[in-house]
Amino acid sequence: MSTVAEELRQVTPAKLSIEHVSKWFREGVVQTHALDDVSLSVDEGEFVCLVGPSGCGKSTLLNMIAGLEFPDSGTVLTEGRKVTEPGRDRMVMFQESALFPWLNVIGNVLFGLKLKPGLKEKERLEVAMYYIQLVGLARYAKSNIHELSGGMRQRVALARSLAPNPRVLLMDEPFAALDAMTREQLYGDIQTIWEARKKTIVFVTHNVREAACLGDRVVLFSPHPGRIREEFKIELPRPRDINSASLANYASEITTALKAYRKTEEND
Amino acid sequence: MKRAFTALLFFAGLIGVWHLLAMSGRWSPVLFPAPMRVWEYLVSAVEDRTLFEALGVTTRRLMIGYLIGVVTGVPLGLITARFQWASDTIGVTGLGLQTLPSVCWVPPALLWFGQTETAMLFVVVMGTVWSVALATDNGVRNVPPMYVRAARTMGSRGMHTWIQVILPASLPFIVSGIKQGWAFAWRSLMAAEIYVTILTGFGLGQLLNFGRDLNAIDQVFGIMLVIVLVGLLADKILFSPWERFLHRRWGTVNA
Repeated sequence: MSTVAEELRQVTPAKLSIEHVSKWFREGVVQTHALDDVSLSVDEGEFVCLVGPSGCGKSTLLNMIAGLEFPDSGTVLTEGRKVTEPGRDRMVMFQESALFPWLNVIGNVLFGLKLKPGLKEKERLEVAMYYIQLVGLARYAKSNIHELSGGMRQRVALARSLAPNPRVLLMDEPFAALDAMTREQLYGDIQTIWEARKKTIVFVTHNVREAACLGDRVVLFSPHPGRIREEFKIELPRPRDINSASLANYASEITTALKAYRKTEEND
Repeated sequence: MKRAFTALLFFAGLIGVWHLLAMSGRWSPVLFPAPMRVWEYLVSAVEDRTLFEALGVTTRRLMIGYLIGVVTGVPLGLITARFQWASDTIGVTGLGLQTLPSVCWVPPALLWFGQTETAMLFVVVMGTVWSVALATDNGVRNVPPMYVRAARTMGSRGMHTWIQVILPASLPFIVSGIKQGWAFAWRSLMAAEIYVTILTGFGLGQLLNFGRDLNAIDQVFGIMLVIVLVGLLADKILFSPWERFLHRRWGTVNA
């Protein structure tokens, strides 16, 4: 098998477990309880969406899995190993603003590959082109970031995070800034790519419909302090259409729960 | 083509107005020379090679000093941005010295190094280094933390992050800093050359000053013209490529 084929072969998705994680933030004199005794496990190859209003700690949890932040108590484990730093097995797809403007499209995708040992220059280029094609941007490989539309930039960000072939893909509200049309297109693409590349995906969003469309499971968070309130298994065939009636049922069920928790919180 | 034509017309007009003003006889030709006389001086200075020699002397001083300034200024800025202690010490010193007009370095340079090339170099370096360091420092502090986080998830650490992420991300600031540094270096060198005669080589500033000593206004005007042209040319050759690159990649003009 050639090195490139070896590099592109599917890796086994990893299993995540979050055990009794708590986290406080202190800003000046204000102390916020970002996460309170949160436990969650994510199966190999599962697509889990974390939903909740802002301040519920869902992004903090994602950063902990990424190894960019650490819990004050409790542990985050991938494949049974404690997360102590960022690693290529867990890639984060940030919002579009995290692309490097001094590199063109292929330069951005190559960034992570260059840090991955074992590939020659020519092989890296081949691997990068594979992912650029996968997200449908083959014609734009040499383009500069500022020349692309918001949707295209998010595709580049996706290709960049897929390129080092991680076992877990972490996505932090990646489509929040896009218009509805572009988003719908990307929902289709992300599902196809997920099936093609077999990743464990943790997807943070505050858009309930988006969560129901993408996730095998939707985990509902409530804020102050950040806690997991409820989980919903979405049992719909894929690929899913965000406008389908059955999906709308799930979405309204989740929305109802979300509102209920907000109400109990106000009564506290 | 149209742009070149407009520019040509403008400068032809400018010289025309200059000529008419000189011909009007309102000012003595000893104080306000006609363009033709300036041209004649320049031709004679080219013929007896004084102009090229002066250009060579000045350019060499400037380039060496400027290069030293940039090569020390950029790392200095990186260090002050990275370490709080460096910011509190070198950073504050730099901020103070940057506000000092660089021509103020001429007297101490003469006392320390005498009327030598080293004195000239010192003045140019002092004019350059602080503005380059401050711009680099500022650039690094303005790098969105998101870039560094993204790089870390992709396996970048330590020096790799500094060279591959932080340095290129602050490039727009650094380029405007080295451009400002160039302006300071150029001004301070001219001031130094006018101020003092260095026997190892006569630069443009010295020619300008001789013009005054000889009461030769055509020489003064001619050299001033050359100094303007050198500045323009340096801008085009040294900075335009960087600015074009920034504009192409970042899509903005704020360099």
